[in-house]
Amino acid sequence: MSVIEIRKLTKRFTVEGSTVVALDRVDLSIEAGDIYGIIGMSGAGKSTLVRSINYLEKPTEGSVLIDGVDLASLSEKELRKKRSEIGMIFQSFNLLEQRSVLGNVCFPLELQGIRKKEAQAKARDLLKLVGLEDKEKAYPSQLSGGQKQRVAIARALATEPRILLCDEATSALDPQTTGSILKLLKEINEKLGITIVIITHQMSVVTEICTRVAIIDNGRLVESGSVEQIFEAPGSDAAKELISGKELRYTPVKQLHENRKIRIVFKENSAYEPVLANAILKLQLPINILRADTRNIGGKAVGEMILGLPDSEQAGEEIIEYLRSAGLTVTEENDNE
Amino acid sequence: MNEQVIKMLLEGIGDTLYMTFGSVLLGYAVGLPLGILLYVTGKNGLMPHPLLYRILDVISNLIRSIPFLILLILLIPFTRMIVGKSYGSTATIVPLVVCAAPYIGRVVESALNEVDAGVIEAARSMGAGLTQIIFKVLLVEARTSLVTGFTITTGLLLGYSAMSGTVGGGGLGDIAVRYGYYRWQTDIMIITVALLILIFQIIQMVGMRVSARLDHRKRKG
Repeated sequence: MSVIEIRKLTKRFTVEGSTVVALDRVDLSIEAGDIYGIIGMSGAGKSTLVRSINYLEKPTEGSVLIDGVDLASLSEKELRKKRSEIGMIFQSFNLLEQRSVLGNVCFPLELQGIRKKEAQAKARDLLKLVGLEDKEKAYPSQLSGGQKQRVAIARALATEPRILLCDEATSALDPQTTGSILKLLKEINEKLGITIVIITHQMSVVTEICTRVAIIDNGRLVESGSVEQIFEAPGSDAAKELISGKELRYTPVKQLHENRKIRIVFKENSAYEPVLANAILKLQLPINILRADTRNIGGKAVGEMILGLPDSEQAGEEIIEYLRSAGLTVTEENDNE
Repeated sequence: MNEQVIKMLLEGIGDTLYMTFGSVLLGYAVGLPLGILLYVTGKNGLMPHPLLYRILDVISNLIRSIPFLILLILLIPFTRMIVGKSYGSTATIVPLVVCAAPYIGRVVESALNEVDAGVIEAARSMGAGLTQIIFKVLLVEARTSLVTGFTITTGLLLGYSAMSGTVGGGGLGDIAVRYGYYRWQTDIMIITVALLILIFQIIQMVGMRVSARLDHRKRKG
């Protein structure tokens, strides 16, 4: 049974008389222990999706099941209890400004009526976990963005949730701080076995820590699967765009007027061999490198290249065949616009 | 200055403080819940209720649009019903409370509106209910603005209590009107005015200090 099961989730908003479809029949299952990335451009509906998981946003149609329990079947009180079992962190941290760091981490425990001493002891343990044990008396205004997010993470973990939702949790942070927060999330996932759902618009966040990913475009789930699989052979335009970035990808390709373009992905085994050089030497055909990049996907270096092939169809086929036999993933590239 | 005048002034100070703080406290007893209700039922509130909001909104705007001196006279029968008489400091508290409550409601509403919606969402995500959000998040996070609002309201009511002196309200305002205006004793009028200024300054200073003390948002570490 999946920890989170989303079935035909549809959310419509009525804004000044006109209806906006934020989510359109989204199906998604997230298994225990996953670090699940949900990625999309801004306005794609991913924030609405994550807020539906703890019913902060009630769906217009469809259902959300947590551990097999349909949230729609719960009373208001049961729903609040359920929410306390799902931690959540936010882009703007959302700490209580008038409470100290310790007070913030104690807050969810206080809501549950847990005794102060007990709550504080627990909060101190959590602050240690996130590396802020020396900051318990500080107030949020005295902390940096990364520290604030660490406090938010400690606070979200206070009720011992089995699920942690991250709504653009690193979008307000610089790359270095983002890295350290992602590392912390991964640690939490491994140490505590918490299922993590990460909403982001940054592919780098997904490739760095997620095991699985879903791509949301215009309120629809267009693709989902393991991160490796999607990176190697993205099926949807949205996925391609997110992986390569629009400008980098299309502009130079168009300008070079190559007729035929392919995208190849190197994996560990093929990254050691000079595959391209060998192909050129062996086939005596020109290959134009239009773009190349290396990514870290789940701790593995994965290379990506866009190549321009010679005009002759036969020559092109020869090259593709050679690259495939060398163990590379090869996909044809079309200009989408 | 003879002993009698000093005694009268001291009594005046006592009456003024009694009227001001009496009406502020009673005003908050009505205005604080009103402000919370306005916030909660408002458009972006926790439980939007357009009809209830509209009713509260109209009533509080209506009362606030009546000049205090006119309200004071309009309410004479009502005051007599509650207190038994329509003059003196206790009687003045009635119109002061009626005048202050909707004002306080607005002050509280705007203070609560300043609380970051994200913080409320975070509390909801932790399973907080409506009362927990009001008492543990809203009133705590907005406390600086609430204290500032309290200070401003107290200053306003101090001024209004003095105004009620014109119709026999008691307190320093009453003394200023009776001696300064009707008897041309300028010295007594100046003293009462100076005393009013002093009280106002003390209220303002204490209020601002408390508010700054309670604020952890800007303190540098």
